[in-house]
Amino acid sequence: MRIGSPMEIWEYLPGTNCGECGEKTCLAYASLLKDRKKSLEDCKPLFEPKYADKASKLMDLLAPEVREVKIGVGARTMKIGGEDVLYRHELTFFNRTALTYDVWDTMDEAELRVRVKEITDWRKFYVGEFLTLDAIAIRSVSDDANTFATCVKCVAEETDLPLVLCSFNAEVQEEGLKTVSDRNPLIYAADKDNWSEMLSLAKRYKVPVALFSPDLNMLNSLAVTFSSAGIQDLVLDPGTYPTGNGLRDSFSRFVQLRRAGIGEQDKQIAYPLIAVPMTAWQVLEDALEASYWEAVIADTFILRYADMMILHSIEPHSLIPERTLVANIYTDPRRPVSVDAGLREVGNPTAESPLFLTTNFALTYYTVESDIASNKIDSYLMVVDTDGLGVEAAVAGGQLNANVIKETIDSHEIGKKVKNETIVLPGLAARISGETEDATGWTVLVGPRDSGRIPGWMETSWPPENAS
Amino acid sequence: MPKEITLADIMDILEEYEVIELEDVSIEGEIELEISSDGAVPTSLIQILQSMLGVVDKQIEATLSTRSSLIQILQPAQLPQLSAGETKVQSLVPAKFEVAKAEWNGQIEEVTLGATSSDGGTRGNVVTIGGEKALPFYNFDNQMPHPPVISVDCFDMPIPLAKAVRGYYDDVMEDPGEWAKKNVQEFGADMVTIHLISTDPMINDTSAKEAAKTVEEVLQAVKVPIVIGGSGNPDKDPAVLEAAAEVAEGERCLIASANLNMDYERIAKAAQDYGHVILSWTQLDINAQKTLNRYLFKLGVPREDIVIDPTTAALGYGLDYAYTNIERMRIAALKGDSDLAFPISCGITNAWGAREAWMKDSPIREDSDWGPAAYRGPLFEIVTGLTLGIAGGDLFMMMHPKAAKTVKRVTQMLFGAKTDDDKAIGLADWVKWRPEK
Ligand code: B12
Ligand code: SF4
Repeated sequence: MRIGSPMEIWEYLPGTNCGECGEKTCLAYASLLKDRKKSLEDCKPLFEPKYADKASKLMDLLAPEVREVKIGVGARTMKIGGEDVLYRHELTFFNRTALTYDVWDTMDEAELRVRVKEITDWRKFYVGEFLTLDAIAIRSVSDDANTFATCVKCVAEETDLPLVLCSFNAEVQEEGLKTVSDRNPLIYAADKDNWSEMLSLAKRYKVPVALFSPDLNMLNSLAVTFSSAGIQDLVLDPGTYPTGNGLRDSFSRFVQLRRAGIGEQDKQIAYPLIAVPMTAWQVLEDALEASYWEAVIADTFILRYADMMILHSIEPHSLIPERTLVANIYTDPRRPVSVDAGLREVGNPTAESPLFLTTNFALTYYTVESDIASNKIDSYLMVVDTDGLGVEAAVAGGQLNANVIKETIDSHEIGKKVKNETIVLPGLAARISGETEDATGWTVLVGPRDSGRIPGWMETSWPPENAS
Repeated sequence: MPKEITLADIMDILEEYEVIELEDVSIEGEIELEISSDGAVPTSLIQILQSMLGVVDKQIEATLSTRSSLIQILQPAQLPQLSAGETKVQSLVPAKFEVAKAEWNGQIEEVTLGATSSDGGTRGNVVTIGGEKALPFYNFDNQMPHPPVISVDCFDMPIPLAKAVRGYYDDVMEDPGEWAKKNVQEFGADMVTIHLISTDPMINDTSAKEAAKTVEEVLQAVKVPIVIGGSGNPDKDPAVLEAAAEVAEGERCLIASANLNMDYERIAKAAQDYGHVILSWTQLDINAQKTLNRYLFKLGVPREDIVIDPTTAALGYGLDYAYTNIERMRIAALKGDSDLAFPISCGITNAWGAREAWMKDSPIREDSDWGPAAYRGPLFEIVTGLTLGIAGGDLFMMMHPKAAKTVKRVTQMLFGAKTDDDKAIGLADWVKWRPEK
């Protein structure tokens, strides 16, 4: 999408300002379309036959620079690509790098099922939601069609995650594909040797296909061949070298491909990209070293344009930083960093429940809220407006002080809810406990420095001894 | 030989794909087809239509209309010899991949830290950063002149450290000189940062004079260039950094830092009077960074004596802000904004503020197991460092030896330094890679 002004979109809308899209005017809707905050489907009238011409032009105009490809079916379908910018501050990135973890067909069945389940169920709470993993790659190590098919079947039974079938052998690939073609898996991969068979498979089973070649002319050639044959759901793998100059060159290939796609609008090559950080395991023997290096490669290509990647380590020390980085890079930089001030109820608090205080920085708020909620502590959480700063920065910068606390108590009539007139301050705000007592006349307790420690603190410090 | 097809054949195909309407069919003009279907437009249909109409050079537009999507397809010029009935594509369409170089007007200032005896100092070597004419590691646009540099932190007093880090420094915590030495000799630090945190009135309120002695100790203990950091207390830092700059005269240390909410003028003057480089530090705010830099220019600080610190926030705790802030500054500088065209320093040690880096278990019950903290912590530091390196960081202040080593190794590779790391592997061999038990 290359649009300077909403007017360029508005031209093609019905122009009736009917309001069905939820906006007052077509122009207002056009500007939301431009920022990709609404989608074309929201304007129902546009799909009337008389607007067909306009609709098709708009579809064209609004198509993202990088093609969007869907892998999998159902609730956990993953969308990759669909990006419009090279740097997140220019708009935002849309479809997060899909983290795909591997299993292989020589695993014993019990182990296989455990691993699949672990990948499927993994989650970590972060800023108000659970982070999860995106897909499972099934590698044919055996190179035997039946072994592969059995493995694929077993994985499919165990998970609803999208699947990536990995084998360069078209016969093996087809046996696997047969068992799960209704799951819209990605087949990995067509290359300079097997492309013709892979093309037939992709066509026959109507599934997305990855194209592999570190030679970008060849990769381009494969892409054009496939798209000309009507296969547009392509994912490109320009090769991920794990170390040395090979890594440097891989980096350059990813950047150049994306630059061609977005910067130069070269549609022939504007497909999602796939990186394979698990190549680290081929050069490093020690498992910890390999998992670290794999995370390093993942980091590099999360930032530089991989739309999906295949990884091996499912140790928590790998998953947590990898998935957190994806979450960070793919958050919308236009999103507000703060939540509303006020009084929240966690669980089913009574007038005797503790009243915790925190700031309105989203990260702080959600962290504290989930720490309390997941430990089932019925309580009140008072959120103070600190201009979206976390506790320590807000104390240091003066945004969290006795006066704002008093104002918050008054304006939200917090005294009516809690009886004990006691506030629990974050440990990092200990400095302002005295002045807060003076300003509010309430009792002030200092909690732990990290809200994760509130449960332990409750055991020793709540209810307060001098409570009446 | 293409097979002849009749109108009836076409009707069959159209019916099979539930083509409802065929309108505006004109051999000269555009052809519009409305097809109602849930899947993609089948290639065979396109091929047949194409051969039927005998057009290879004309634009065919097939617009597929469904409730949820309209898809545009087909560039006939690119079609390989498609003919009716033939489904197997025989040969690859030749193509050449081409992409232009990015041209930038700006260049990042080149800044040298440390001074050897020939320049009036006592350092064994100097370290030069900056000078970029392209984004980090975009060597295909313009070779990066210097790889990023790592300065390992030490402190003027024992400090609480995450367990995973503490073990490395337990024996040197009481002695900043020994600490600095260890950083260089054992951990391969390019530089050492001495943080004079005990000078904070809220901590030990160590005098500026005492602090200066610590700086002397460190300078004697190591031969690498050093960074001198205050406590971050805006009232005390000017005096502390002034005294430190004086005892380090001529060594071209990096003085950390000048900040808008303090008497930066005094720090800038001390740095200039005693021959040092100044670190201009702001909090995730491009305009504040421009403002502070302009103040420094006004005070007569030469451009080659400025490094900037736009603030580092940890992975999961604001790294997105830090990343984008640095990336934006670097792009603005390359586009020609000379207020921002300076090497960037990042306090990567901040990564240990993330609780995932040090906390034993997740406080959230529904979380999957967090595994041993000892493995998580270094990776939080590594990811924070590498991420900001790719955004535009030139100098990383770090803490965990393994993290420092890893960030150094990967940035050297991306930079293109000679490494003996090019193990030959088949790039697609991972598909058949068999993990050891
Ligand atoms: C990111 C950051 C910033 C960002 C803030 C972004 C934001 N929206 O908050 C920016 C760049 C704006 C910033 C600015 C400043 N910062 Co700052 N900043 C940080 C940094 C790197 C991370 C802070 C963070 O986000 N932590 C994560 C959040 C989730 O933590 P939190 O809010 O504290 O919440 C935790 C606990 O407090 C607790 N908790 C929270 N609520 C509750 C409630 C209860 C009841 C309990 C029990 C516990 C609890 O649990 C939470 C989860 O762990 C830290 C350094 C570090 N690594 O910690 C410095 C730091 C906080 N900043 C610091 C300073 C000095 C400042 C400035 C004053 C700098 C300046 N001179 O201008 C300004 C102040 C703001 C201003 N100018 O108005 C100092 C504070 C020193 C001190 N102790 O006084 C720090 C520690 C850095 C340092 N070592 O110098 N900063
Ligand atoms: S639904 Fe369509 S026609 Fe109606 S106001 Fe919105 S954009 Fe305009």
